[in-house]
Amino acid sequence: MANEVALTVNGLKTYIYTNNRCNRALDGVSFEIRQGKTLCIVGESGCGKSVTADSIMQLLPTLSRIEDGEITYHGPDGPVRIDQLPRDGAKMRAIRGKEIAMIFQDPMTALNPVYSIGFQIKEMLKYHTGLGRSDRHSKAIDLLRSMGIPLPEKRVNEYPHLYSGGMRQRAMIAIAMSCNPRILIADEPTTALDVTIQAQIFELMDTLKRDHGTAIMLITHDMGVVAELADDVAVMYMGNIVEAGPVGKVLRNPVHPYTRALLESIPVLGRGKDQEIKAIPGQTPDPYNRPKGCQFADRCAYRIGACDQIPDETQVAPDHRVMCWRYEEFAADAAE
Amino acid sequence: MQPNDPILKLRDLQVHFPVKTGVFKRVTGHVRAVDGVDLDVRRGEVLGLVGESGCGKTTLGKAILQLVRATQGTVTYSGEDGETELTSLDDAGLFRFRKRLQIVFQDPHSSLNPAFTIFGSLEDPLRHYGVKTREERRKIVGDLLEAVNMRRESMDRYPHEFSGGQRQRIGIARALSIEPELIVCDEAVSALDVSIQAQVLQLLMELKREKNLTYVFITHDLSVTEYLCDRIAVMYLGKIVELCDAEDLYANTLHPYSQALLSAIPVADLDKKSRRIVLQGDVPSPVNPPSGCPFHPRCRYVVDRCKTEVPELRRFKSAKGEHMAACHLIDQPLAEQPLRTESP
Amino acid sequence: MTDANATRPRTRRDAQFDKIRDREAALAGTRQHTARFMSKFLNNRLAVVGFVIFAVICLMSLFAPLIAQHDPMSPNLRVIAKPPSAEHWFGTDKTGRDVFARVLYGGRVSILVGLGSALLSAIIGVIIGVYSGYVGGWLDWIAMRISEIFMSFPQIILVLLLVAILGQSLLNLIVIFTLTGWGGIYRMARARMLSIREEEYVQALRSFGLGPARIAYKHMLPNALGPIMVNITLSTAAFILQEAGLSFLGLGVPLSIPTWGNILNAAQDLRVLEQNWWIWLPVGATISLFVLSVNFIGDGLRDATDPSQQG
Repeated sequence: MANEVALTVNGLKTYIYTNNRCNRALDGVSFEIRQGKTLCIVGESGCGKSVTADSIMQLLPTLSRIEDGEITYHGPDGPVRIDQLPRDGAKMRAIRGKEIAMIFQDPMTALNPVYSIGFQIKEMLKYHTGLGRSDRHSKAIDLLRSMGIPLPEKRVNEYPHLYSGGMRQRAMIAIAMSCNPRILIADEPTTALDVTIQAQIFELMDTLKRDHGTAIMLITHDMGVVAELADDVAVMYMGNIVEAGPVGKVLRNPVHPYTRALLESIPVLGRGKDQEIKAIPGQTPDPYNRPKGCQFADRCAYRIGACDQIPDETQVAPDHRVMCWRYEEFAADAAE
Repeated sequence: MQPNDPILKLRDLQVHFPVKTGVFKRVTGHVRAVDGVDLDVRRGEVLGLVGESGCGKTTLGKAILQLVRATQGTVTYSGEDGETELTSLDDAGLFRFRKRLQIVFQDPHSSLNPAFTIFGSLEDPLRHYGVKTREERRKIVGDLLEAVNMRRESMDRYPHEFSGGQRQRIGIARALSIEPELIVCDEAVSALDVSIQAQVLQLLMELKREKNLTYVFITHDLSVTEYLCDRIAVMYLGKIVELCDAEDLYANTLHPYSQALLSAIPVADLDKKSRRIVLQGDVPSPVNPPSGCPFHPRCRYVVDRCKTEVPELRRFKSAKGEHMAACHLIDQPLAEQPLRTESP
Repeated sequence: MTDANATRPRTRRDAQFDKIRDREAALAGTRQHTARFMSKFLNNRLAVVGFVIFAVICLMSLFAPLIAQHDPMSPNLRVIAKPPSAEHWFGTDKTGRDVFARVLYGGRVSILVGLGSALLSAIIGVIIGVYSGYVGGWLDWIAMRISEIFMSFPQIILVLLLVAILGQSLLNLIVIFTLTGWGGIYRMARARMLSIREEEYVQALRSFGLGPARIAYKHMLPNALGPIMVNITLSTAAFILQEAGLSFLGLGVPLSIPTWGNILNAAQDLRVLEQNWWIWLPVGATISLFVLSVNFIGDGLRDATDPSQQG
């Protein structure tokens, strides 16, 4: 079961149409999520990482659509083309929650404040499983216990406002894991939490991966999180995956100028006061007025004429790909 | 005035907010946001204030400027005209000192008035502090924008036309407009993208050198403070638990909370994996702080004394400057191995 | 690469999206600065229709002397209660006065009362609400209590009182409406202040030592104006209806001055209601159209400032 491909995304294009404008939020994104592994999608604001998650879960806003590409979920009953399913049809709803579950950034707004935590977990179980009422109740308690919430028998009847931030996030993970999904999508799950609580949640997610073999797609902007948790990483910039591969390769030998610049611009704990950080000049382009060709070209120190055309995706190694015309120079550089 | 003399002295500073419950809004308790802080801010340094939510660092930053009034204790400013206790002044009296102490906020989206142009937002304080003619104000605002690496023409645009990083730079320009001596940066880079953070951090350092500023840098991100700060104060539940030179904090962490905090930070370097100390329990609320040492419920070295006696900030031997920490157990060996190891 | 939409049925929305996408693709690389607010407003067909009707009625009332062919106030006993004709477009009323002229001139008073009261109550409500909302404390508490007293006053009683003491007049009516109506806008302005108060730019202004009056009126008020403008348009409509109601009961403006309300007054008589439809129906329709158009405009203004709506 481990290492089996759970989800394939191929050439996904999602455009958002608010304000009578067209925002090409995702412009051809491809990746795979494997059972028992964590794929980290890392990028800054506006790069489209949340839109990717929403596209997979078909939770996109009304004024948007998937233009092109395929999202294929490899379920127990064979492959399902998610992008073809009607958004709120029965089939999609059966997949959402049971096969693919999602946890969100802000646990306070993601949980319903007028229902108890237990109710929210049991609702998931009621909808997706055939368990009877008392079974659901005891399963909810078990879930809370396995997420590390103390006194779960008492906590299961409490309302979200009585939980702290970290506990709410655990409760949300409990709801997400209640039906043993094959894929867990986590959209910046710890950004709103304190560092010491972050550490607890990461440990929890690692345990889930090992014990249940869940495939995890973790969205973040923090390279530190990538280094700690990821098995594979995909670096996104303005709607494209500019570099993807196993975390060891991408972090140690980055071959895309954006990845390299990003790694050089963050102060790393332990490197001391005299570490050099180099800021990336300029800022991300207006999503409604994107440049032609490579989106990073305006800020890139290695820009050449060819960058007016979007670079093709090339394989640096069988599992390491990049979208840059000049990648060979960096690959050679890194090899030294 | 010696260069390293304190510009601000905080003595037993407390800021408590009353909690009112019930129909009659009776006071049932207090949020002890800042619970007895003794601190000197030295002229020309970058002092980091770090901690997690509820530790009181933002309230302390605002109390320094008296944007939030101290319930007890003193904030004393030392300048050319001697020492003044800011806490004993009323709003009118504080007016003179507002010029010297300024603040940059966290959220770039609400830090500028959306109804005004940049010039409109920046000129009002200038006018308030005596810059009489419009031409003078336009020149000063233009100079300020250039100082933060933006174009002069930006002053006639509206905030929504700028990105988060640019707005943050405008916020810095605003703080600089009346030529302060000290700037409190309240999570000034936390809401920015990583690649923009670096730009703003470098800008802050440049400005500090050019204009001889002192910074109090409030953040929860310890990787940034290692790069930026001269000294760091770690806060927990309204108290300072460790105060030392920046390098010393990373090389020789004394307080158990600081150790846990440092080990919890995800590091973007595969070769520097840490042995993570995972704290049990949650960040407590400042309404009902625990008795004795505020950290004792989560501390893995806790002994009986910690539950009853509040530890004082004591001085310890250190290669660089002073290293102060508030823990009963420091004289005895704590961590058996160094915290950061090179991975095999 | 397969077309993701091949098997999903195409909807009207898909067509809209395709249009937008292709338009953007054609313009790629060029900068566009459209006044988004105006284009959103103009896209809302109801709002545009509302605006047109509103403008037509206002202009016609404004230019009443030029348009009306008869004096609205002089009775002509030879043409009592005549149905609409070429001479009298809306016919004549029980004393021979031309109904069309009366409707036009009546519009002037009604709109004046409606708009005047709305503006006046907005001014008072904003002045009090902005300052007390920002400062808070006991001043805010007192202002709230005062506004509650005024708002809970039954209007009819107040009208009767003032009419009994001071007699019927246009000014009295405006005064009464303002006194009972400022509370609504006061609350709205105050609520907006409470939410903006914690924004960081306000704290920055405090850190510069600027006084509360300056911060509240100069810096915060412009941000509160949006919903207040919408409220003014809606209040105008409400006040016009109230004036119509009061004049219908004979309590509003003195009967000699035509207003939409006291023209309707005639319909209290059952025979007029049944047999002389032209006396009350055109006026009623005008009132309804005017109020409806103002509501459409208000909706359009509200939607235009809401970023999540299409358009």
